[in-house]
Amino acid sequence: MSAIGERNEAGKPVDYIALTRATYDELGFPPYQWVENREPPPWAPVDVALEDASLCVIASGGIYRCGQRAFHHKDDASYRIIDTSTPPDELRVTHFAYDLKDAREDPNVVFPLEPLRKLVAEGCLGSLTSQAFTFMGGIYSARKVREELAPELVAQVRDQRADLALLVPV
Amino acid sequence: MTSALSITRSVAAPRAAFVDFPLGHTAGKPHRPELQRELMAEALAAFHELQSPAEIRFLSQRWSRDESWRQNPMANSASETERAGSDFRTPRRDTPQYQYSADRVEAENRHRSGGCGTCVGAE
Repeated sequence: MSAIGERNEAGKPVDYIALTRATYDELGFPPYQWVENREPPPWAPVDVALEDASLCVIASGGIYRCGQRAFHHKDDASYRIIDTSTPPDELRVTHFAYDLKDAREDPNVVFPLEPLRKLVAEGCLGSLTSQAFTFMGGIYSARKVREELAPELVAQVRDQRADLALLVPV
Repeated sequence: MTSALSITRSVAAPRAAFVDFPLGHTAGKPHRPELQRELMAEALAAFHELQSPAEIRFLSQRWSRDESWRQNPMANSASETERAGSDFRTPRRDTPQYQYSADRVEAENRHRSGGCGTCVGAE
């Protein structure tokens, strides 16, 4: 598998699969089954320039808007529809598996609406779709994600008539 | 985008932009609008730079000169009493976990007459 821009001199990327395996062993849990796709992924050529493209954001950091129901933390496969014009002070964050301090301080670190709006204003990106989609990615059932959540999100992205989909996981 | 390289390689995402930052900062550092903008601009450029399935673009931003964050990348804000031994996660509760208790009141008021249409699957 190839990579571009990889640095050699800096520290090595953290191997979260190995770390999680070690934590589970220590706790006496059965090993976590990571999704492993051995086939090459589907490929759709990008035939639109960025400055003409419409981008749809999907983020899994557990973001909701004030007035919406918060996610629960036990395999919650629901999602929230959030207007991309929402000001950051109306955004909230909930998740059980990462440090929320900085995301609550500035939601752009997991849901980058403001920098993307800036790129649109500068003409570097065509537009953001009017709505973005969020969920709480700590869902331990890959089947639930594959069969329930993902198809719904794909349908939503199509409804938004997006040229590009940007996934921002945590 | 991803900050977890091994997981992204395992799922084989069609295109990926790797941000070598601690978990919880996939799109940058808090209140650093210029860094956030640069990071997004590089990530978006990857839509065209990446030419083959599962290829990964390493973004150029670094978290800090000090590499010590890599020693304890899964530390989180769960208090000692909430944490189960070496488990860094908070307990997985099956009721909505609001950031502020006022959010609960606001959501309950708004949902009193049924679904709001934007909380899909939560009703």
